[in-house]
Amino acid sequence: MSEELTRPFEALPESCDVLVVGAGIMGLATAHHLARLGAGRIVVVDQSYLCSGASGRNGGGVRAQWASEINIGLMKRSLALCADFATEMGINVWFRKDGYLFLARNEKRRAELEGSVALQRSHGLPTRMIGPAEVAAIVPELDVGRVVAASYNPDDAVVFPWPFVWGYARSCQRQGVEIFPFVEAELETENGRVAGALLRSRRTANAGAEHRIRAGLTILATGAWSPEVARPLGLELPNHPHRHEICSTEPLKPFLGPLVADLESGLYFSQSMRGEIVGGISNNRVPDGLDQRSSLRFLGLYARELTRTMPILGSVRVLRQWAGCYDLTPDGSPIVGRVDGLGDLVLLCGFMGHGFMMAPIMGLLTARHLMKGEEQELFDRWSLSRFERGELLAESMILG
Amino acid sequence: MKDKTIVCRCEDVTLHQVDEAMARGHRDLESLKRYTGFGTGFCQGKQCVALCARLLVERGGDPPTRPITPRPPVRPLALADLALLVEDEG
Repeated sequence: MSEELTRPFEALPESCDVLVVGAGIMGLATAHHLARLGAGRIVVVDQSYLCSGASGRNGGGVRAQWASEINIGLMKRSLALCADFATEMGINVWFRKDGYLFLARNEKRRAELEGSVALQRSHGLPTRMIGPAEVAAIVPELDVGRVVAASYNPDDAVVFPWPFVWGYARSCQRQGVEIFPFVEAELETENGRVAGALLRSRRTANAGAEHRIRAGLTILATGAWSPEVARPLGLELPNHPHRHEICSTEPLKPFLGPLVADLESGLYFSQSMRGEIVGGISNNRVPDGLDQRSSLRFLGLYARELTRTMPILGSVRVLRQWAGCYDLTPDGSPIVGRVDGLGDLVLLCGFMGHGFMMAPIMGLLTARHLMKGEEQELFDRWSLSRFERGELLAESMILG
Repeated sequence: MKDKTIVCRCEDVTLHQVDEAMARGHRDLESLKRYTGFGTGFCQGKQCVALCARLLVERGGDPPTRPITPRPPVRPLALADLALLVEDEG
């Protein structure tokens, strides 16, 4: 078999058992596990190149420090999968386990973090609250004058996101999953069920070429594009895109252990295995809709807060900035599983800017759910119909 | 000697790596950039993008209609200077 990860438009089949729309980490991880469980012929399409969306644009943070039981439990398992990914997939993901440090700037935030830490410890995590002196011992360059306390889990990690996409893609390809980049999908219904899609090529060589594919099951793993992709079905999803910017400095000799995060300003930063300081910050004044442009204002907001938090970084230069889209939901929790009234459509979206770190576990659980009927409770709780039922959820440790 | 021919000096990307990436199906400029890392170093592609685009086309890849997405700032800028941009917002 060819070593090529992806297939040309001309090779699209007439039908498949599972059509996955979106070749980001969520779609590919799910396809990988579906193939392992013998789901039949699986086709994955993406409107652009691999790593073009949020999977290729995020900061690579992978943490189990969360405020809700459901996210703590899932992320504990996802972290373990990330730690084994390089060995299992035979690809270097630059996994670095030096922890996450959440800073509290006031007593209110300290109390919130304390509550989360207690919950995390009851799940067997080694997270603990530490005072400014210990914060300074872990990261001596931080200005701890404005730090009241912090929560610290030494087992949280950072990775380089791109090899995760290629690792899953490679494994998919070896199991016979066919991946088609630069293919846009317009979902189609037949007798009240989603029956497949009209696919259109976006490659320069044959742009606009069309091909109809029939699918037994269609999975929507299109992140911030999900509302747009679902709309032709008459399905209005409650999530919406939100631009999040991020930047990277010139490389420095390794000095910074944990990823440092501040839920007050939304600032977070870590040092990558390449030595760069990579980080971002909350910014509520961004253009509506799908927008991946960079702004000068972001650089200003980020640089101001970062140099206050770690003044020694003032002389370090920013090399590059970019943007991606968060996929936000009204209650901060994802939207997954089969859609009531639209048979054979499965949603896997609304991951609030944390889909990358959740994909290893969500891919596994989604495949088990669809093939074996497992995990019904999770898929009920995170279902689209919760919005109609008014059963909204809560999660307070969302960054950015 | 092919494995010693450098195509991106900042990130030490070689001609051999470009060939390998294309053999694995990375056949457009953005994919090739992400897989090999060319253009992501100190010069941000100013020295290597044209060369890599030519190599891609010579090897039968998709002809690029534009360069890789430019990532600001044009020149590296110090965080202390950037921090002054939003001072008036309080």
